[in-house]
Amino acid sequence: MIDYQSFLNKEITQIKPSGIRRFFDIASEMKEVISLSIGEPDFSTPWHVRQEGIKTLEQGKTWYSPNRGFTELREEICKWIERKYHVSYHADTDVLVTVGGSEAIDLCIRCLINPGDEVLIPEPSFVCYVPMTEMAKGKPVIIETKAEDQFRLTAKALREKITPKSKLLILPFPNNPTGAVMRREHLEEIAEVVREHNLLVLSDEIYGELTYGHSGHVSFAEIEGMKERTVLVNGFSKTYAMTGWRLGYAVGPEEILSPMTKLHQYAIMSSPTMAQYAAIEALRNGDEDIVSMREEYDMRRRLIVDTFNSIGLSCFEPEGAFYVFPSIKSTGLTSEEFCEKLLYAEHVAVVPGNAFGDCGEGFVRVSYSYSLNHITEALKRIERFIKSL
Amino acid sequence: MKKLLNLLNENSRLTNAQLAVMLNKTEEEVASQIAAYEEAGIIRGYKTIINWEKVESYNKVTALIELRVTPKRETGFDTIAHRIMQFEEVESVYLMSGGFDLAVMVHGQSMQDIAMFVAKRLSTLESVLSTATHFVLSRYKEGDVILTTKNEDRRREYRE
Repeated sequence: MIDYQSFLNKEITQIKPSGIRRFFDIASEMKEVISLSIGEPDFSTPWHVRQEGIKTLEQGKTWYSPNRGFTELREEICKWIERKYHVSYHADTDVLVTVGGSEAIDLCIRCLINPGDEVLIPEPSFVCYVPMTEMAKGKPVIIETKAEDQFRLTAKALREKITPKSKLLILPFPNNPTGAVMRREHLEEIAEVVREHNLLVLSDEIYGELTYGHSGHVSFAEIEGMKERTVLVNGFSKTYAMTGWRLGYAVGPEEILSPMTKLHQYAIMSSPTMAQYAAIEALRNGDEDIVSMREEYDMRRRLIVDTFNSIGLSCFEPEGAFYVFPSIKSTGLTSEEFCEKLLYAEHVAVVPGNAFGDCGEGFVRVSYSYSLNHITEALKRIERFIKSL
Repeated sequence: MKKLLNLLNENSRLTNAQLAVMLNKTEEEVASQIAAYEEAGIIRGYKTIINWEKVESYNKVTALIELRVTPKRETGFDTIAHRIMQFEEVESVYLMSGGFDLAVMVHGQSMQDIAMFVAKRLSTLESVLSTATHFVLSRYKEGDVILTTKNEDRRREYRE
């Protein structure tokens, strides 16, 4: 008998498996489950974008692309960022097309972190930052964000966690699961600390285009002096409803992007060719798609926030992504108890907040990337459930 | 407020309270806007989209009839169109560009039924020059709604 455990990498064996899986497993066994738990758009990729992918296949363009991604795509990415956030990057040196935003996050952490370096990670947040840091033998340092701050990262909270070993700050805004956004003034406050303590920033802005109700998304790279300290990660999954195409990108200083490209070249080779052609079309002619999807999400967001507040689950108004993060503390249940009871009683699936960090306890993540009819039915059931408690 | 029309077009069962929240208006504003649309004849009614083919013992036949007609000197096609839309078999009437003049959607109990209607009621009208009858064999999409596949969510929770 081979003792496989003894062969495995120490870090990977110590990484905790994701906590949410259990709920998905129960939910998938049940009939007539109404789920509000999915973290991807309910829209299909806009047709003109899909058509580009189809055309690419018809023409037999099924080969590798350059390691960094097609030049044309990198140029369009730069133009897009310039148009939206007024920051300019060089397509030749500052851009890397990756397999989703996730690969970019992994590459960035691995290229920056030495054993023992501290990575500052605001939570609740997407589940990948901690394990990626651990795999790189870095030390994750969690910064808890709070409902009373609308789950924003504050300069004060950041300062409290800084040590001489702090190297990289993750900025996951607009935030999954809370829907929090950092407006310009909040980012400026953070930039001051970043400058003061000579930090680098991995700004995960994958939900950037899904920002509601005020002047729109502000990229951290826009803030004065931050472009040279920031690796900006974005992608096509959320912006253009292209999750399955697996395409994202990182832009930033050449000195960081170049080693990331080296690692990408050895580990991945190049991102999917078909997806890259489709992405060029999305960047060129997809602005209206973003607007109409955003308007649709926005209407659902208003409805869902209003309903939660009116049934007694207090819910701050999220300004980004497609999640609301209501507090369930008034029920006296833990997040997991709440989700499990709701699932058994009303067959509605939502995700316990503590799946996104311990400080998510007392909250649940509810996705509104569902049709209006679906949402209204689910809300009806949740209301009935709350009344029955 | 075109968004209000779009929302109602998608689902006319949303309550005024729900519509108000989604559009960032008060319930009263929504109610009075809807009333204004009804008054102005912009909102003409509230219907349910039903896939009748799935309803047991329902056997209605629909046909599209192309009509070529002689327009009247004063009123053009309006007189004949008004005459035709009075028949309760007629579901819709459109004036068309191209090879014929009026498109008339007709429903009846059977193909025989519709054939008789065309022969006896439509083609006998004074200004009708010719008719061509096309029976609907299958409905794929109607009123923006796809009828052939159940609108189910095919996403799965793979991630996280």
